[in-house]
Amino acid sequence: MSKEKPMIAGQKNRKGAKPRSPEWADGLKRLYDSVVDEPLPDSFAQLLDKLDDPSNG
Amino acid sequence: MSPRPAIDPIAFKRELTGVIPHLRAFARGLCGRPDLADDLVQETLLKAWAAQERFEPGTSMRAWTFVILRNAYLTDMRRNRFRGDYDETVAERILVAPAAQEGPMHLSDMHRALLTLPPERREALLLVGAGGFSYEEAAKICGCAVGTIKSRVGRARAALTLMIETGQIPRRSTSDAVAHTAIMGELDRTVLHGHQN
Repeated sequence: MSKEKPMIAGQKNRKGAKPRSPEWADGLKRLYDSVVDEPLPDSFAQLLDKLDDPSNG
Repeated sequence: MSPRPAIDPIAFKRELTGVIPHLRAFARGLCGRPDLADDLVQETLLKAWAAQERFEPGTSMRAWTFVILRNAYLTDMRRNRFRGDYDETVAERILVAPAAQEGPMHLSDMHRALLTLPPERREALLLVGAGGFSYEEAAKICGCAVGTIKSRVGRARAALTLMIETGQIPRRSTSDAVAHTAIMGELDRTVLHGHQN
């Protein structure tokens, strides 16, 4: 969702460096997405199976 | 509590299954260690399953389960489960994904920087900047005002920008001690509030 605004806009750069916000903002998303994209460990399938067990519900 | 029509367990389980990857990502961002993060997600799934009659069909399963995960995390923190327990070696191995090597900043740098933030700011940034929640949704998940979330996200961004622009990303030995200390003051209030959800 696009409600967030880039923080760096309008902020002054240190040492004349190029704004880095897009890079790290993207890094944060990648950090999150890298976990989202991981295959689920088997333990989750086992847990989900257990949920269906009437004795467990 | 007035009784509600029973939710279809199959539909509930399907939705619950669908949010597991997001729960894992949120949990890992919060607590740093992949193994403990997955434990937390499993705990969350069991709690969500047990509380399924409180879920309102049509609302966001992700937001609903994030609240449960967050409260489980805070409770575990209070029991010292995560305190000083950040395993840098595991984090390094897991987080430096091949796709992350394009720029000068690695995902492990990002994660270290993130873990130095006070937990309430880290959480806000994770929800809005990574999880794609609106400020309003994030505020509901955290049980605080929208303005508070905006402020936390702004401060978190400013801190990360400063760290990264100046190359002052914490060294690998940096633990989450500061963050863990900071969260303790908020615990009782937050946990109390969370159980009402």
